[in-house]
Amino acid sequence: MTKRVLSVQGLSVQFQTDNEKVLVVDDISFDILESETFGLVGESGSGKSISALAILRLLPRSAKMSGKHVFFKEKDLLTLPETSMCQIRGRRIAMIFQDPMIALNPVKSIGHQISEVIKIHFELSSSEIQSRVLTLLRQVEIPSPESRIGDYPHQFSGGQLQRVMIAAALAGEPDLLIADEPTTALDVTIQAQILTLLKSIQRQVGMSLWLISHDLALVSSMVDRVAVMKKGRIVEVAETQQLFTYPEHAYTQKLLAALPSIDSCREEANVTGDILLELKNIRISYPVRKGIFNRIVSHHQAVDGVNLTLHAGKTLALVGESGCGKTTLAKGLLNLIENVEGHIMWAGQNINGLQGEPLRQMRSNIQIIFQDPFSSMNPRMLVGQIIGEGLRSLHPEISSQQRKVEVATLLQQVGLSAECATRYPHEFSGGQRQRICIARALAVRPKLIICDEPTSALDVSVQEKIILLLKSLQQQYEMSYLFITHDLAVVSEIADELAVMYEGKVVEYGPVYQLLNDPRQPYTQQLLKAVPKISVG
Amino acid sequence: MIILWTDALIYLLLTTAMVSGFFLRNYEGLKRPLNKIAANKSAMVSMIILLFFVAIGLLDSLHFKAEGQRASGIISVLDYCTQPLWQQTEKTYSAPFSAYLYSKAYITQANGFQSWGFPRLKFGGSHLLNPEIEKTADVLIKLIVGLSKGFVFCISWVGLRALCLAKKAGQIRLQVRPGFMGITIIIVVVGLSGIIELSTYYHILGTDKVGEDVFYQTIKSIRTGLVIGSLTTFIMLPLAVVFGILAGFYRGWVDDLIQYSYTTLNSIPSVLLIAASILMVQIYMVNHPELFTNLESRADLRLLFLCLILGVTSWTGLCRMLRAETLKLREMGYVQAAKVLGVRPIGILFQHILPNVMHIILISVVLDFSALVLAEAVLSYINVGVDPSTYSWGNMINGARLEMAREPVVWWPLIAAFVFMFILVLTANLFADAVRDAFDPRRNQHD
Amino acid sequence: MIQYIIRRLMYSIPLLLGVNILTFFLFFVVNTPDDMARMQLGQKHVTEQAVSKWKIDHGYDLPLFINSGKDSFKTITETIFYQKSIKLFVFQFGISDSGRNIGADIKQRMWPSLAVALPALLIGLSVNILAALLMVLFRQSYLEFWGLVACVVIMSISALFYIIGGQFLFSKLLKLVPISGFGSGVDALKFLILPVVISVVSGLGSGGRWYRALFIEEVEKDYVVTARAKGLSETQVLFRHVLGNAMIPILTGVVVVLPLLFMGSLIMESFFSIPGLGSYTIDAINRQDFAIVRSMVFLGSVLYILGLLLTDICYTLVDPRVKLL
Repeated sequence: MTKRVLSVQGLSVQFQTDNEKVLVVDDISFDILESETFGLVGESGSGKSISALAILRLLPRSAKMSGKHVFFKEKDLLTLPETSMCQIRGRRIAMIFQDPMIALNPVKSIGHQISEVIKIHFELSSSEIQSRVLTLLRQVEIPSPESRIGDYPHQFSGGQLQRVMIAAALAGEPDLLIADEPTTALDVTIQAQILTLLKSIQRQVGMSLWLISHDLALVSSMVDRVAVMKKGRIVEVAETQQLFTYPEHAYTQKLLAALPSIDSCREEANVTGDILLELKNIRISYPVRKGIFNRIVSHHQAVDGVNLTLHAGKTLALVGESGCGKTTLAKGLLNLIENVEGHIMWAGQNINGLQGEPLRQMRSNIQIIFQDPFSSMNPRMLVGQIIGEGLRSLHPEISSQQRKVEVATLLQQVGLSAECATRYPHEFSGGQRQRICIARALAVRPKLIICDEPTSALDVSVQEKIILLLKSLQQQYEMSYLFITHDLAVVSEIADELAVMYEGKVVEYGPVYQLLNDPRQPYTQQLLKAVPKISVG
Repeated sequence: MIILWTDALIYLLLTTAMVSGFFLRNYEGLKRPLNKIAANKSAMVSMIILLFFVAIGLLDSLHFKAEGQRASGIISVLDYCTQPLWQQTEKTYSAPFSAYLYSKAYITQANGFQSWGFPRLKFGGSHLLNPEIEKTADVLIKLIVGLSKGFVFCISWVGLRALCLAKKAGQIRLQVRPGFMGITIIIVVVGLSGIIELSTYYHILGTDKVGEDVFYQTIKSIRTGLVIGSLTTFIMLPLAVVFGILAGFYRGWVDDLIQYSYTTLNSIPSVLLIAASILMVQIYMVNHPELFTNLESRADLRLLFLCLILGVTSWTGLCRMLRAETLKLREMGYVQAAKVLGVRPIGILFQHILPNVMHIILISVVLDFSALVLAEAVLSYINVGVDPSTYSWGNMINGARLEMAREPVVWWPLIAAFVFMFILVLTANLFADAVRDAFDPRRNQHD
Repeated sequence: MIQYIIRRLMYSIPLLLGVNILTFFLFFVVNTPDDMARMQLGQKHVTEQAVSKWKIDHGYDLPLFINSGKDSFKTITETIFYQKSIKLFVFQFGISDSGRNIGADIKQRMWPSLAVALPALLIGLSVNILAALLMVLFRQSYLEFWGLVACVVIMSISALFYIIGGQFLFSKLLKLVPISGFGSGVDALKFLILPVVISVVSGLGSGGRWYRALFIEEVEKDYVVTARAKGLSETQVLFRHVLGNAMIPILTGVVVVLPLLFMGSLIMESFFSIPGLGSYTIDAINRQDFAIVRSMVFLGSVLYILGLLLTDICYTLVDPRVKLL
């Protein structure tokens, strides 16, 4: 039998707030074997990151942990004195975090941050440390490490920074590497690269890897064994193949069923119909200022000549990685930003640059749903006021009594009870908030709703329900959607047409089935390849 | 009834606060922070003490004409209540609780002989035959009498209330369970009653150079401190809020102009700006004596000008904070959504921006209060504060400076001013901390 | 960088002009020079001749903005605005109302001010940081709790109390240091100790609290968890990571007041009779010498604007993320 590296028995973590105690991790037990990859999956708030922090004893001071034992090799991490714990952290157990942009010290060079680990745990001369850092940077495939060793975190891209994080974690030559959502903050194509890197390094070094993720598909391709966590408890632990083929626990089954699959692409749908909106050569730029007088010297082209056509009652998906200009395009379309060039044709009329009252009258036609359900609602307004806001401003003729009735109907339509109108947004979960946002947009009976990553802040099971809601509403009201996302799996579920955006340009545009089954452009192919799929065996 | 300018503004401020409190009483967003403050014991004790200060200040802000009482004939309700304190003046310095003057003089005795010694005071301890023997016991007795008077008052009040409640509920059983707040109030009331009792027989904080009761001076100074702490913010607030939010919301040239004006104002060291402005006001007053009919209204206007000037020089900080916050808020999802829903800019400002910067405004108001009370003392010290005839802690300290160099030292006016100022500022600070903790969203993230 | 500095310097011109116009308005438009003259000469029984003589003596006998009695160039230069306000731009402060050369006075008096203010700032800064670090190191313990209580108490006491109490205790009762005065060279040290100590103590309350808040904010950031996960001890994390990041707001807050140190502290200098610019200003205010007050207002603004510029430059030096374009 393979030796156990980590053996956790009955670990619990409790958070103490002003007036109540919250049990975040509830009596969990699991083992991690030597040189295996262990996966811990669960939705947000299930306590998976907290368990990892608890094992390293890095919890915030308001948290209290308890348990039978947490054996790392022969040492019980629960009772070890703090000084010995410092010798384990970084040296025996290393950890990498979700967002490398905030997990690295912004005012120290990356070379410094990697060498720091070596300095603490090994006695080496400074030249030896230097060469060791360079080796590590080469190992994580940072190009020309000699010139980049003195650079600061903000000078790197997200993917490269995660590589730096990995290098810093490897510097102590750990026996166990904990990777807490290592790719969640990164773009799809980069995600795949980082995972491949992690896997290959693990094979080289022979350490154990503990991968924490919310993404079942990603875990399936990476790990040997999986534990599923729900509300602080581990509900199922099994070999990967076992779990994905014969899930035992109802929650695991639910998670697997909710997983959007890229193969569930619609049949060759009919994408003709009345043209609702036509974008002709849309260009949006931000001025770049320089010099003594702060003059505009050049323009950064965020959206560079986009042509798109939206048909009534259909969904056009706009896909691209972060910074490709898709959200800028949406905001430009809604006249929320300036410097929009080109024609936005709505029912034969150019609505670009509309001002004042004509613009206000146009507003009821196009609405938007934002990504972050937490910042998209005024925390100081009642849900009823939030949903009724559009009716009040665009249809002042409706009496307040009628408006209340209307709000109640809308709430029921999006699957909430009418009593919700007298509550505040903070009382709702992310998915429920997104439903309220949909109701708000729906209130003014728009012909087009722009959905800006409406599901990417939500858990998988909630995601699916929101998509279903959007689909049923579309059929009921014959609305069109401009669906902005980075997730190709979601696209295949909802969209009729697909436009792939890259650096401000649409590189490929056509019916979904065609693009997903037979992508022509290399970028689209790359995107498709990077989508994690459940792959067992 | 005579209404001075600051009186009018104080009561306007009070009404504004009460009206907005009335309208917001059922507002959901306030309940959580208010409960949090209520759960904070030090904040509640501070609030009760502050309320007593405010009550004294408010009593001192109701003026009426009483012929023959003062040179100007204007006294406040507080003056009316404390008549013995300011009518019983001695010749010169006397120590706290003393029955004698602090300096020697020729005393004409009953038999006509003159002797060199410490004369008896006219009022302080005058009821004693032989102060050296009787005083300590007398002070203790008077203190106990005062405390028990207060205690009896409290008990009867609590009892009456309990009776009323019991009648209402149709029960005969009396339930008296004063909470933490009740006990604090009782302690303060009982203590005050003891002090009042003592101060009718003695100068409990001594007398100053012209024989005026120091305790009276410190009490009168409360109003000045409160006026400066609150009216200044009252004046500064509209400027800061309007300019800050407009600059952040509209950007462009509006932003440039507002930023320019507050950077300009900010770049002048504030003490110098205040000093320069006060000097100008002084000259104006000297050259237009016809506008200021009596001493009280003249001193009052100077106080008002001081608040105005402090207000005009201090709006920049809050303005800058509000501008930054508005810049952040205008990019929030709900503001963008409101724009898409066709809400007019004015509606967005009032529905989305203003309610979401309210906590910043509130926090800055309570935090500024104590700083302003402290600033008054410093400004009065460098002669650019309140009018020398106004009672204020700054003026008391200023006057007491030379007394520290005297032999023997006259310490009581200075200590009295410092202690009262310290109590006011400390309670204000503690209360402000609680308000900030309760309203600052960054401190509530983990809830 | 150079371009940025030039741009900032140019931006400060309208600011200074604004300050200038504001003070001009305050000093010459709210009250006329006649009013000032009467104030200086005593309010009652002042003859017209006395007033006009005072005005001529002090150069206030000119029109405010445009002198129509003079030719071409002089219509502008022979005015109060030009003589009294524009000349400040080239640091010609002129003659004070009591007949002294303000520029020379300033040059002579700024050094004693600096001698008090600079050590007070530096020692105060280190004491505050130390106190704040201690509180953060022992956070959520009794030490932090009582430290915070002490801070609130310290900041609730008037600065005047520290000065008067300190002078009384250390100079009058214990006779450790002289009550007030100033000397030259090493001799000055004994006069400086008390004012410096008092300013450090009186600033400890608000400073300690403020810096603690900065540190706490940093301690809760993600990179601190990373640093701990590397195996650094609590103290190492504080000194190597937290301090460096928190120093950015602290340093920039300090740099902005650096130039203003020349102006000195008003009350401190007047209590301790230090012949610096602070007491100079106070004396001017008490004597109602407008020429000096006006000059100090302008000088203060110049120094503040200089401080703003230094702050921005300082940002680029300590924070690698900031690049000035």
